[in-house]
Amino acid sequence: MSEQPSIFDILGPIMIGPSSSHTAGASRIGYVARQLLHDEPKKAVITLYNSFAKTHKGHGTDKAIIGGILGFGPDDERIRDSHEIARKQGLEWEFKFRGDTVRFHSNAARVKLVGKNGGAVEIVGASLGGGRIKIQEIEGFSVDFNAQAHTLVIIADDVPGSIQHISGAIAEKGVNIANMFVSRSETLANMVIELDQPVDEVTFRKVSSFPWVKFVRSVQPMMQHSSRYEK
Amino acid sequence: MEFNRLSDIVQYCTAEKKDMAQAMLDYEMRNKRLTKEQVYDGLKRVLLVMEDSVEQGLTQMVISPSGMLNNWAKTVFVAKVETLGSSLKKAAARAIAVGEVNACMGKIAAAPTAGSAGIMPAVLVTMMEEHNMPRERILDGLLVSSAVGLIFAKNSSFAGSEAGCMGETGSAAAMGAATIVYLLGGNNDQILEAVGFALKASMGLVCDPVGGLVEEPCTTRNAVGVANAFVSSQLALAGIKSLIPADEVIDATKEVGDLMSPRLKESAQGGLANTKTGREIQKRVFKPTS
Repeated sequence: MSEQPSIFDILGPIMIGPSSSHTAGASRIGYVARQLLHDEPKKAVITLYNSFAKTHKGHGTDKAIIGGILGFGPDDERIRDSHEIARKQGLEWEFKFRGDTVRFHSNAARVKLVGKNGGAVEIVGASLGGGRIKIQEIEGFSVDFNAQAHTLVIIADDVPGSIQHISGAIAEKGVNIANMFVSRSETLANMVIELDQPVDEVTFRKVSSFPWVKFVRSVQPMMQHSSRYEK
Repeated sequence: MEFNRLSDIVQYCTAEKKDMAQAMLDYEMRNKRLTKEQVYDGLKRVLLVMEDSVEQGLTQMVISPSGMLNNWAKTVFVAKVETLGSSLKKAAARAIAVGEVNACMGKIAAAPTAGSAGIMPAVLVTMMEEHNMPRERILDGLLVSSAVGLIFAKNSSFAGSEAGCMGETGSAAAMGAATIVYLLGGNNDQILEAVGFALKASMGLVCDPVGGLVEEPCTTRNAVGVANAFVSSQLALAGIKSLIPADEVIDATKEVGDLMSPRLKESAQGGLANTKTGREIQKRVFKPTS
């Protein structure tokens, strides 16, 4: 039996309007980018594709994405004033628009963030409707995950045994790996690991400390009912 | 635990001697490993957001960024002329209230979608107001609505891009109709008849929003969806039959949705979006961005 829908998929999501795809989903893409940056964002360059590019104005897609980058969930009323809040927090941002590109989903956004401590990350996410999203690209690697599980994203030199070392470090603390996706470039490997529980700080540091690991980030799942991520 | 047809839910109710709300409670508890309290807490959150969104639309300034919606809910709510008494007028105003709040980037519960988010709150608030329904019972009404939504989602689609507005305000009206029948003591057969009536009235309804925005005609279609829910439940409670069983009506919505041109399914290329005035509004709202 496949996973059955929750009654709260039907009676929800609770969200800031007007559109579950163009507003709620957009804010989630921004929020995943923030988590992948793992830093306070200082600068954001956002490219909206296709339907996002054409209709963002009427749907508040731009406010929703900036809200997500500031750490607001899709039901956070601060989304409405996200641009003002971002200005006060010293976030600089720029929007670009690409109306018709078949390379990307009809509701897709590229988010490039630079952090106050110098880190940077670039992702592409697509909004699928009903507030659901999938992340399709991280740092140039093709990926495919929905950010509904605890997810670890790792980029490392493609050395023999690397997957074994990483899964070993995760399993050490009894954390269960639900899914693992690997994609490769010439010399690097990208791993997206979905976990049944979050990894603790020690495991996170251990994975980061492998000399061949370039990039480790964790994405927390989006909560049902409420999506106030930050307590 | 899996329900694929409304008849599956009815069979479960008969076998377990439970009503439809209890069946959906079992479904959610078992599949999501939740306690009864957790499920009801979730329902309470949804109801609170629904009530707030109605309240906001009826009390606060709501002018959508496009300018297309301008405090219509309040206008309707206090209208002196009443075509059928104040109950229907207020119910319609409540649905519009949520649509306006949604368009103004306020908080809503998509039930089942943002574009159709006005119907369930209007039905529930009106049932509390007109029939003195206690909140606990309203939560069970929400459970019943989720049964209809679940089966509709599995056999048809909520997406305007797949099933048009039939999938959005149509399914929401069916959810509302089922809820009203349940709250007024109707049995499972009557709940299903009401679903059939509501969906038949929405069959083939296109999704043609002006400028692609969830405003025109979505907001007033929500108001009409509430009327659909109350009329459909009235017919079912009176005891007349839908003739085509609700599960088959849902199948028909899927067929009709598939047959509808993509131009009539959330693309802003056909119907009202493609009228002279619709295109003018679109041009005005979406002036070139840079």
